[in-house]
Amino acid sequence: MKGNEAVAEAAIRSGCRHYFAYPITPQSELIEYMAKMMPKVGGTFLQAESEVAAINMVYGAAGAGKRVMTSSSSPGISLKMEGISYIAGAELPAVLVNVQRGGPGLGDIQPAQGDYFQATKGGGHGDYRLIVLAPSSVQEFADMASEAFDLADKYRNPVMILADGMLGQMMEPVEFREAKTQAEIDALGKQHNSWCICPNEDGDRKHHHEINSLEIDPAMLEKHVEKLYEKYAVIEKNEIQYDTYNLSDANEVLCVAWGTASRVVKSAINELTAAGKSVGLIRPITCWPYPYEAVAAAIGPKVKEVYVFELNTGQMLDDVKIAVNGKVPVKFWGKVGGIVFTPAEIQAKLEACFDKE
Amino acid sequence: MEVIAKRPETLTKTPFTYCPGCLHGVAHRLIAEAIDEHGLINSMAGVAPVGCSVFAYKFFNFDMAEAAHGRAPAVATGMKRARPDMHVFTYQGDGDLAAIGTAEIVHAANRGEHISVFFVNNAIYGMTGGQMAPTTLPEMKTTTSPYGRNVDDIGHPIRVCELLATLVAPYYIERVSLLSPAEIIKAKKAVDKAIRYNKEGRGFTFIEFVSTCPTNWGIDPVKSRDWARENMLPFFKPGVFRDKGEGVE
Repeated sequence: MKGNEAVAEAAIRSGCRHYFAYPITPQSELIEYMAKMMPKVGGTFLQAESEVAAINMVYGAAGAGKRVMTSSSSPGISLKMEGISYIAGAELPAVLVNVQRGGPGLGDIQPAQGDYFQATKGGGHGDYRLIVLAPSSVQEFADMASEAFDLADKYRNPVMILADGMLGQMMEPVEFREAKTQAEIDALGKQHNSWCICPNEDGDRKHHHEINSLEIDPAMLEKHVEKLYEKYAVIEKNEIQYDTYNLSDANEVLCVAWGTASRVVKSAINELTAAGKSVGLIRPITCWPYPYEAVAAAIGPKVKEVYVFELNTGQMLDDVKIAVNGKVPVKFWGKVGGIVFTPAEIQAKLEACFDKE
Repeated sequence: MEVIAKRPETLTKTPFTYCPGCLHGVAHRLIAEAIDEHGLINSMAGVAPVGCSVFAYKFFNFDMAEAAHGRAPAVATGMKRARPDMHVFTYQGDGDLAAIGTAEIVHAANRGEHISVFFVNNAIYGMTGGQMAPTTLPEMKTTTSPYGRNVDDIGHPIRVCELLATLVAPYYIERVSLLSPAEIIKAKKAVDKAIRYNKEGRGFTFIEFVSTCPTNWGIDPVKSRDWARENMLPFFKPGVFRDKGEGVE
């Protein structure tokens, strides 16, 4: 199954019954899968007039307390950024999928990781955070759908799955781990009734819920943003995820890579291991909250260099430098333009670290 | 003692923040009365815009969402699709609906979303201090058309009801004015019909209120109404543009 289809199917199995989006390559299989499947499960599929409209439909449906998702690729995500800021400000649970392509501007339609800054450092205006999950396989892409909905509901915060054109287009076997029953989906639909837009079921108007990111009084806005940051601190404490590969005290180089890039690095590490060269990898699964402590702790006693590989010009690199904090030199190599580096290229870069000795 | 006039149940006790002589309060009240009369207080939800009526979410006594500028019809679409058992409306001004939100209103109307849209047209941006609106009249002076709206440069005002009436899906489109008690009574009937159609699930309903902005026009409230009658009504003619319930196609 293609990653784009797998994440869509997994979202439906996780109880997502509302999906609003606009077509864009390389995520079109996702919107097409939703168009085909949502009517079969009694859900809402709506092709919006623009990404701007789609994200505001998400705002409306999330404000009404229902599991809702949208997806797009880089230029479309830029258009959604205004709405994402409002969703974060109004503390609404929603899941966003970005199947990244090359940029800036219209760029191209090949896989890239150029939206890391946008996803993890802002993108929209104001002080807010997205929870950002970065898959590296079709299976993980699918698994992240249900995880993203759970996190969104738990923290009333938007969650982005930051994939790329490779993961969206690639076909791999997938095992779907979840299939919510109708009763579970009905229960999910009521979980936010204490604050969301919902009918007054006992028929005697008791609530006046407001879905809103406006606080015109500066003191009130300050309090609101402080409350958001208290929430973000809890997320940073509880939700950091990462994976390691071939990590040991024998490592002479530590690689840091995320998403598709990390797969290529793994292949290169296998070759180097066979040649008796010890290289480890740490792969952030959550790009925000970022595993700063885990990256620092992964630097083994013999590590002389930390090497960051990304399909961009060095965006996660800043976070790695914060984590390493000058302990050892941090190097970077990346490919842009939607071109994915090969294992041989990574292997050559890493071998050069050993040759210097 | 018989009560002959009271605050509608669907208005909160929060005092309006509108300028003296502003007609938003009248429009709010008409909508609230209609919702009361149709017994929808337990199932109504509204979407407030960006503009003078940005705080409408505080004034209506049921669940309300505050949308980004121009996006209210998209937000209402998401809400209605997520809660089909609820009755949803948007309340928008001319800048919000006919400039930055043109795509959202046209496409919500074109889909025939089962929502009501209440559109207040006073030919100017109020909240930001009197800038030119998409409905500003030719030669009309505003802070961003200080020499008068030059139609050769910036185009003519947009007639939204006429524009939406070119679409197949909308169920009911009417333009009313709020310039005198008689017109307000007529407007009340239109609002009542829109809310009734909404309750009955007929489809997309749209009411435009021709209104005034004494503060930013720099004309006192009474004379503002005369000015609107002389200048706005000939261009923004009141009338029913679509009423599928009454056979007006």
